[in-house]
Amino acid sequence: MIRALSFCLVVLLTLTSPGRGEEVIAELSQTNVSITTNFTGSEILIFGAVKRVAPAPQTSDLHVIITVAGPQEPVTIRRKSRVAGIWVNTAAAEIDAAPSFYAVASTAPLSDVLLETDDLRHKISATRLIRAIDTGDAASELDSFTAALLRIRAQEGRFQQLEGSVRLTDETLFSAEVSLPANLTEGDYATRVFLTREGQVIDSFETVIDVRKVGLERFLYNLAHDQPLVYGLMSLAIAIAAGWGAAAVFRYIRG
Amino acid sequence: MQIYLPIAEVSVNAFLLLGLGGIVGVLSGMFGVGGGFLMTPLLFFIGIPPAVAVATEANQIVASSFSGVLAHLRRRSVDLRMGTVLLAGGLVGAALGVVLFNYLKSLGQVDLLVKLCYVVFLGIIGSLMFVESLRALQRSRKSGSAVTKRKQRSWVHSLPFKMKFRTSGLYISVIPPLIVGLIVGILAAIMGVGGGFIMVPAMIYILGMPTKVVVGTSLFQIIFVTAFTTLLHATTNFTVDMVLAVLLLIGGVIGAQIGTVIGTRLKAEQLRILLAIMVLAVCGKLALDLLIEPAELYSLGEGGH
Repeated sequence: MIRALSFCLVVLLTLTSPGRGEEVIAELSQTNVSITTNFTGSEILIFGAVKRVAPAPQTSDLHVIITVAGPQEPVTIRRKSRVAGIWVNTAAAEIDAAPSFYAVASTAPLSDVLLETDDLRHKISATRLIRAIDTGDAASELDSFTAALLRIRAQEGRFQQLEGSVRLTDETLFSAEVSLPANLTEGDYATRVFLTREGQVIDSFETVIDVRKVGLERFLYNLAHDQPLVYGLMSLAIAIAAGWGAAAVFRYIRG
Repeated sequence: MQIYLPIAEVSVNAFLLLGLGGIVGVLSGMFGVGGGFLMTPLLFFIGIPPAVAVATEANQIVASSFSGVLAHLRRRSVDLRMGTVLLAGGLVGAALGVVLFNYLKSLGQVDLLVKLCYVVFLGIIGSLMFVESLRALQRSRKSGSAVTKRKQRSWVHSLPFKMKFRTSGLYISVIPPLIVGLIVGILAAIMGVGGGFIMVPAMIYILGMPTKVVVGTSLFQIIFVTAFTTLLHATTNFTVDMVLAVLLLIGGVIGAQIGTVIGTRLKAEQLRILLAIMVLAVCGKLALDLLIEPAELYSLGEGGH
């Protein structure tokens, strides 16, 4: 009886959720990014494979979505309009937390490979991610502000929509590159890999890229925050020394 | 060569920063202005966050002013006594300015106020200086090299608490310099600059100091005002970027030395007309930014509030 029931259940699940039994295994080319003085950005290769117990279903296509998100931070978005002939900030929207960096790579356009409901649940597309954590004022007004945020961030290379950039071979092997820009904030960069069939997420994988300042960068950053007075006086001492040094050198040159 | 700035958290070209520092340094040495009113907008332009740009710029001005003032001290063109009186007013003014700045910040629109301040003050000072030095230039051409004598008697000379300023050749009350220092201090704190571009014309036209002394004296008091500002920023906002400051000031101190040499070779009228043109150019640029519809109506600010 119980055996028959559980068999029914398995059959039912196999029928309803497409591609059940497919698991994602992923790896990153590097999980540590060190920000040194000559840091100019970093290229991360994300690759992996799909593990199966049964042959891949032929009824639907497998798709892979990869996201990389920087640490969350509050953002104020302001809009200008003309007041008495000059352009002034007149409206503002506050977002409690938006990722300082966000990249979405996928095998095909996101709207084709992901259902709205699954996007809502996993917060994959950038607009979902930002809207989800927003305080929620007038919704239509807010849309133009979040659109502006994404537009400005995209120009800075801090928001990347890489549709079609994930390479998928034989529905098994996949790989994608995400380039982290030079204007990177420190922190944990959450990296997620999703497998989808018919727009539904069937499996996901999550890991973290650790982005840290090292060496001189680390030392100065810590000093500025832990010993601000010492840091300030040190900055002044360097300024005075440089000023005096230049004056002395020039006096020597001119005799 | 790209360099990652630890506090600003951006990567920029080191040679670009050295060059910018150098150019602004030359102007600083020539005119006795700190150069903050030029450098701060330039730093915004290359993508340094505004808070970091303002704070770090103050630190860089300390270096270029110190370098410049040493050159002026050797030529005895610094009125230390006048500088100290101006500084006394300046520090009080700067403290008042910070209080006023924070009050306006709580009301919002502080960015707009700063920009309007720039446009109004740069516009007035620039046009006044331009017209005056143009007249002076014409006068000196007509009457050969005869130096026109300054007005000897004005309201400035009829006030009490008179003091002898030997280097400037003045015997005037300490009240006008104190007030000038105070007002410049307030404006400097609000506008986030050393205030040389206001101080220099005020010394020439209100106090009647000779142009040659004005530059060194202005630099002298700028050192202290900007050092004070740097410490305030470093301890309250953690926005002084030492790497950025070092790159700017290497270019800046060298530029300041070159500028001082150029400054001594030019005539006072020519010097003033050049400064006037520069001030008007910056004013025009800022005014256009306010008047022309920006390509991107939205801007991103840090923090939630």
